[in-house]
Amino acid sequence: MVEGMKIVIDYDLCEANAICMGIAPEVFEVREDDNLYILQEEPAEELRPKMEEAVRRCPKQAISIEG
Amino acid sequence: MIGASLAGMAAVQSIRASGHDGPIVVVDPAGSLPHDRPPLTKQVLAGQWPLERAAQPAAARLDELDLDLRLGVAATGLNADRRSVSLSDGSELEASALVLATGSHARTLPTGSGHGGPGGGDGSAALPSGAFTLRTGADCVALLERLEAEPARVVVIGAGFIGGEVAATCAGRGLTVSMLEAAPVPLQRVLPGGVGGFVTELHRRNGVDVRLGVSIEALNLNGDGSVRGVALGDGSNLEAEVVVIGVGAAPTVDWLADSGLTLLEPHRGGGILCDETLLAHPGVVAAGDVAAWPNPHFGGELMRVEHWENAVDAGTHAGRRALAELGGRDASGGGEAAEATVGAFSSVPWFWSDQFDSKIQMVGRCGPEDEPVVVAGDLTGDRFVVLFRRGDLCTAALGLNRPRQVMQARMRMAESLDWDGVAALF
Ligand SMILES: Cc1cc2nc3c(=O)[nH]c(=O)nc-3n(C[C@H](O)[C@H](O)[C@H](O)COP(=O)(O)OP(=O)(O)OC[C@H]3O[C@@H](n4cnc5c(N)ncnc54)[C@H](O)[C@@H]3O)c2cc1C
Ligand code: SF4
Repeated sequence: MVEGMKIVIDYDLCEANAICMGIAPEVFEVREDDNLYILQEEPAEELRPKMEEAVRRCPKQAISIEG
Repeated sequence: MIGASLAGMAAVQSIRASGHDGPIVVVDPAGSLPHDRPPLTKQVLAGQWPLERAAQPAAARLDELDLDLRLGVAATGLNADRRSVSLSDGSELEASALVLATGSHARTLPTGSGHGGPGGGDGSAALPSGAFTLRTGADCVALLERLEAEPARVVVIGAGFIGGEVAATCAGRGLTVSMLEAAPVPLQRVLPGGVGGFVTELHRRNGVDVRLGVSIEALNLNGDGSVRGVALGDGSNLEAEVVVIGVGAAPTVDWLADSGLTLLEPHRGGGILCDETLLAHPGVVAAGDVAAWPNPHFGGELMRVEHWENAVDAGTHAGRRALAELGGRDASGGGEAAEATVGAFSSVPWFWSDQFDSKIQMVGRCGPEDEPVVVAGDLTGDRFVVLFRRGDLCTAALGLNRPRQVMQARMRMAESLDWDGVAALF
């Protein structure tokens, strides 16, 4: 597949508890203002297992992967 | 698979993700797939979410998981040597590998038994009308109905996490709430050094009547058997139309008597004793609220963790562990993945609790002797971080409205519990 994946956050659900940052700090960052920032919206394919882990472990089910 | 809640379904998903396509039977006495529990004291009870929205993560994947899902059926006994389970419908199941994930259930007061104080009874005992425990979607809906009728006062017994969340949500609905705690400080069992006092402050700031060191004798009832109030140790009656009992949970192990498994005594934390890989007996693994295991990350300290994330992580691990057992005894079923050896389950527990607009988060596990060290903010404010020190180790970190810092502490603690390394973050 040449199409990459895209990380989508449902900010209505996200409560910025930073679990995803614990899994992949290169993609997810909760900053001092306590908001979640996505550092790479379309992370490289080799990060897919980590992205799937983040989806699974986000307690709010706020992360989804498109593509 | 015994128990179809978070840990059980995480195990199923990891078994399927490993490529195993053999038959999986899942048993749970719940009438439908159990709900995700955290929203039950928060969004659902606040009336913000319909109950359906609190579906557990696996609910959307049931078809692809291809399970023999037997809901409404409980396991009533186990023979660990034969790996056979007797079920409440009278049938018997024999499995090549078993995952036990029966979780925990809410404790209740030993009402009417005369000896006061929380902690004795069992959630399955019928409670009088107006009294509630909160564990399942059905519990939540029943309580919600009563709250919608705007009772004059809600009394919450127990200032633990469930009690604190229920009190906060009820107060948020505009109800008059009293929260009673037998100990002089909330969360005394979890947080040494009186740190739990911040819960008192948080609730009082938000209008909850918090009463500490209160002894509770019994529930007072009206002539029709419904709740009239709470009988306190000083002889008074605290009037309440609704009483929510949040005095903790006990692991669901009653069905395992004479099973051949080792069950820990309650004073050692209770639960099914597993080895560090979550194996309780050859061919039998356990995970989630019900499992106690020596956690290598804490020098082999026996832990039983009642947290959402632990249920997901331990369940995932247990699924792979079960598959390895399957590989050992029945090579036809597993394929390559099953041959892999599965190591120890090493973890730094993490959980959160939302009360009012505040996020409480905790990483690790502290003991009664650990020394609290405030490293950011102060305990009476609405943002702080406290670390807990045991000699050269940082055993835990607690934060109020400090998710980023708690997570940084966690990442450091996952590398090493060394005190200096964690303290250097602040
Ligand atoms: C109201 C509430 C709010 C919570 N909020 C938070 C939170 O904010 N943050 C957090 O970290 N954690 C929270 N938790 C804790 C978290 O939900 C639990 O740790 C998690 O549900 C544990 O999952 P489990 O699968 O081990 O056990 P459980 O969820 O207890 O599930 C056990 C399952 O086993 C079934 N079972 C029981 N006996 C039998 C039997 N004999 N045979 C077959 N099946 C059986 C039960 O029906 C149940 O479905 C909360 C818990 C509750 C109750
Ligand atoms: S884990 Fe989920 S809720 Fe937490 S910060 Fe990430 S997306 Fe938000």
